[in-house]
Amino acid sequence: MTGAAAREADIAAIRDALGRFGRLSVSAGSVAPETDLYGVGFTSHAAVNVMLALEDAFDIEFPDELLTRATFGSIAALADAVSRTRAAA
Amino acid sequence: MTASIEEARRGFRERLLEAGVLVVLGEPGLYAKSGVFERVYRGVDALTETTLAHLGAEVLRFPPVEPLALFEKTDYIASFPQLTASLSVFTGGDLEHAELLTARAEGERWERFLEPAGVLMSPAVCHPVYALLTGTLPAGGRNFDVLGDSFRREPSEDPMRMQAFHMHEYVHVGTAVSALAHRDEGAPLMHALLESLGLEIDYVPANDPFFGRAGRMLAKNQITQSLKYEFVTPVYGDAHDPTAISSANYHETHFGQAFDIRDADGEVANSSCLAFGLERITLALFARHGTDLGSWPAGVRARLGADA
Repeated sequence: MTGAAAREADIAAIRDALGRFGRLSVSAGSVAPETDLYGVGFTSHAAVNVMLALEDAFDIEFPDELLTRATFGSIAALADAVSRTRAAA
Repeated sequence: MTASIEEARRGFRERLLEAGVLVVLGEPGLYAKSGVFERVYRGVDALTETTLAHLGAEVLRFPPVEPLALFEKTDYIASFPQLTASLSVFTGGDLEHAELLTARAEGERWERFLEPAGVLMSPAVCHPVYALLTGTLPAGGRNFDVLGDSFRREPSEDPMRMQAFHMHEYVHVGTAVSALAHRDEGAPLMHALLESLGLEIDYVPANDPFFGRAGRMLAKNQITQSLKYEFVTPVYGDAHDPTAISSANYHETHFGQAFDIRDADGEVANSSCLAFGLERITLALFARHGTDLGSWPAGVRARLGADA
């Protein structure tokens, strides 16, 4: 898989987790990668559930320093966090 | 040499017990409170009401337990499983009763014969308010004055950390602007009240004890977003961390979303609360002024209506 294709796959999995656990006010499929998730109904508590779902889906464990509000601020930020965590593993 | 924090806590507990302020009940963090405790406690509680009387808050008093359906909506079990306590009850017949009594006669624990009742010990006195508000709020939102028993399962030798305690909370549910104003206009009044009793008070950003790894993220969010502040006082001296005795909290849309509450414009409601920890304030006063109420500063006793 190329880098771009891998990122597309990550984003698809992130959208899936957001759809199931994000409690967004819009469809997760319609959210652009750079959109501020907290602006479309995302909350800290929903972020926790999304975090657990992503760790499960990618079989990773986010390091503590990535467990911040900013990490969960957009689909792109989440994709970056997933690839950083995977690279550090 | 400075006493360790554990020694300082045990020492304060011993002083309270010797002076008859508190009486132990055989389980860490559960106490009976004596007459002298109660006089101070009632004075503190009355002052919370006069300090925030201008809010015209609607008074609600809740039982110490809440229904499972309500508890579920608060997401408390996701954030604080370590503090959660559920009630169990006996639902069997004669046969099960006989089994229970046999186990008991043999010196076994018999609680395993009980079934969860679908009722939980209320960990936060404001929870039931939100369940009453599903729907749309009037313009300006609503203010509530709530007081009740809270239970959190955290046995401790620290008398400041009781398992069963009371919070007197002043809750606002409305818009983001009105909820923040409620917190930020009320906090200085709380600060002044606590200082007027002779307490040395700091108002500091704080986080709740969210559980586990996910909890560390919630705690960090709470701090970085300045959602929670605590009024802390050095109960155990300046060498140790001060203890929180009250708090001022902005919940954003946490409860508005969970209970489907809308503000007058149809947006998801925001909420905030000003919370007085009545036992903690009372004990902080005994730490500050000593266990002999008669020797407290006259002005403090007068404020508390405990000068006779």
